[in-house]
Amino acid sequence: MTSEAAAEERIRQDLLRPLRGAGAGYLAAAALCLVVAAAGAVAWAIQIDRGMVVTGLARPVYWGFYIVNFVFWIGISHAGTLISAILRLTDAGWRKPVTRAAEAITLFALMIGGMFPLIHLGRVELFYWLLPYPNERLLWPNFRSPLVWDMTAILTYVTGSFFYLYLPLIPDFALLARRTTGLRSKICGLLSLGWSGADYQWRALERANKLMAVIILAVAVSVHSVVAFDFSMSLAPMWHSTIFAPYFVAGAIFSGIAALVIVMAAIRKFLRLEAYLRPLHFDNLGKLLLLMSVVWLYFTASEHLTVWYGNNPLEINVFQAREHGGFGLASAVMVVCNFLIPFILLGVRRLRAIPTIVCSGFSVLVGMWLERFLIVLPTLANPPLQAAAGAYWPSAVEWAITAATFASMALFYLLFVKAVPIIAVWEYEHEADG
Amino acid sequence: MTEEKHPQWAMAIDLDRCTGCEGCVVACHAENNVPLTSPDEAEKGRMKHWIRIDRYYEGDFPDIKVKYRPVMCQQCDDAPCEPVCPVYATYQNEEGLNVQVYNRCVGTRYCANNCPYTVRYFNYEDPFWPEPLELQHNPDVSIRPGGVMEKCTFCLQRIQRAKLESEENGRELADGGVQPACVQGCQAEAMAFGDISDPESKVSRWAGSGRSTQLLDELGTKPRVFYLEKGA
Repeated sequence: MTSEAAAEERIRQDLLRPLRGAGAGYLAAAALCLVVAAAGAVAWAIQIDRGMVVTGLARPVYWGFYIVNFVFWIGISHAGTLISAILRLTDAGWRKPVTRAAEAITLFALMIGGMFPLIHLGRVELFYWLLPYPNERLLWPNFRSPLVWDMTAILTYVTGSFFYLYLPLIPDFALLARRTTGLRSKICGLLSLGWSGADYQWRALERANKLMAVIILAVAVSVHSVVAFDFSMSLAPMWHSTIFAPYFVAGAIFSGIAALVIVMAAIRKFLRLEAYLRPLHFDNLGKLLLLMSVVWLYFTASEHLTVWYGNNPLEINVFQAREHGGFGLASAVMVVCNFLIPFILLGVRRLRAIPTIVCSGFSVLVGMWLERFLIVLPTLANPPLQAAAGAYWPSAVEWAITAATFASMALFYLLFVKAVPIIAVWEYEHEADG
Repeated sequence: MTEEKHPQWAMAIDLDRCTGCEGCVVACHAENNVPLTSPDEAEKGRMKHWIRIDRYYEGDFPDIKVKYRPVMCQQCDDAPCEPVCPVYATYQNEEGLNVQVYNRCVGTRYCANNCPYTVRYFNYEDPFWPEPLELQHNPDVSIRPGGVMEKCTFCLQRIQRAKLESEENGRELADGGVQPACVQGCQAEAMAFGDISDPESKVSRWAGSGRSTQLLDELGTKPRVFYLEKGA
């Protein structure tokens, strides 16, 4: 009894420790992220003021870095839902220290990705015209447009993943309310919604978590399918592809896991949670990453083989652009990053360890960003009428906003780990109880 | 409400007559208040021409042959640009014109990406005209602000004016009674414009000629512009 209580207390202390204080390293990292994110905000302000002329967009390339970033970040958001929902539903015991870290990535990545449909608008001040709000003139959005589907899907996903992250936080907020003082205790008390730890509350939470896991799984798959529809519903060569929805979902899970292993390694190292985020967790996620790498190669090969073999003049034109010149180099780097590196580092058992898994994660993030880039750009630069072909080079504003997305992600995370325990305390206590 | 018969506007261009002089391009700029582009912006590929001359080269130097093709909005009956617009800023009117509503456009540029002819143009910034060119603006055509898409309208304002005038005079709109600026400006008389639902109109006769083709018609967009060329 006493030893159990002592163990429980040690877990609580371990997991709540990172919430107190902030070292010089933490403050420096947060300041750096804040500066980069602020630079991105300034860049956006310049763009709103001067117009899209500050971007590198030029006919026929009407979508550039912004749409690449949009697809990339919505993809990253699949870390949380897919990993945590699948693992929750299959009752995988090892998921406990992983889920909250993953779900937080989802919410933050969606907040970032969800900004791009606004950032890329020619007249951002009118973005609400895409919403079906009641109005005097009975003007509605065009429900046939994939962009309206997109808006609906992403707003649903943001709402859902907020609740999916929030529900398991309730018991921890109650714990924090008891263990802290002053304003923080008050806020946590409010956020715990009157949680007392009664049996009926635990049962309700359990049911709600399971239910949300099922719902969020369906929403996650549909969201990235709809993002894929933005391209595949069009007439454009190499966008108009039936494989795009599952291809995008697979790529999203792939990049999501990559982001998750990096975040987990950072948490483990900087918050000194080595006892909780054990090599086992990384090994399991590493295997998942390896699986998704092979799935990604399968989809990519299917897509390209079909286009190449079919030899449709319009499509082969884009295909060749993707295999030569600057795009060709990007294609080669993409295959190395998405397949070769993770396949060797994760496929060879002797090599699979936390550092190599994290390396694979970075490699996959680069590869998947390039994959999105190679889907968006070559098609636009090589339209059906060859005389209209053009080129694209991103401007400083686009680079700044792109850099700001990564800084914002890090900043959100830095704030999050100080606000709540990044590993669900109550899930460990339950383990001790059970 | 009685069923009104609407003219169905269409255009035919005889490529064998086209000299590639770009007179149509200049006429269009003047008529439609199409903004100018600075040399720097033009170098980036941001020129705006509602009608442009695509050049294709056949053979190798010095036995090279240049083929010109004036390309403007093809006013497709099944226009790929229309369904993808999230705010209905572009739609098909009853006269078969693919209409762009500048005030409604929010600038997603999806329509332009989905146009196989790449004939939609984006205003990267508010338009400008070096002095004194703003004095020659056509008062019948609105100036488009930065952030919206624009494209060829088949000179909607001329169609409208001709309709009003014929109504006032109590006369039927005669074939050739409406001429878009490009057609009027074509010195080689390589362009015909009119009502394709009238089998006697010039555009119907041209479109029905054995030399008639449509651009990328395999995509099923049902364009309203017909190109006449030898060996087609």
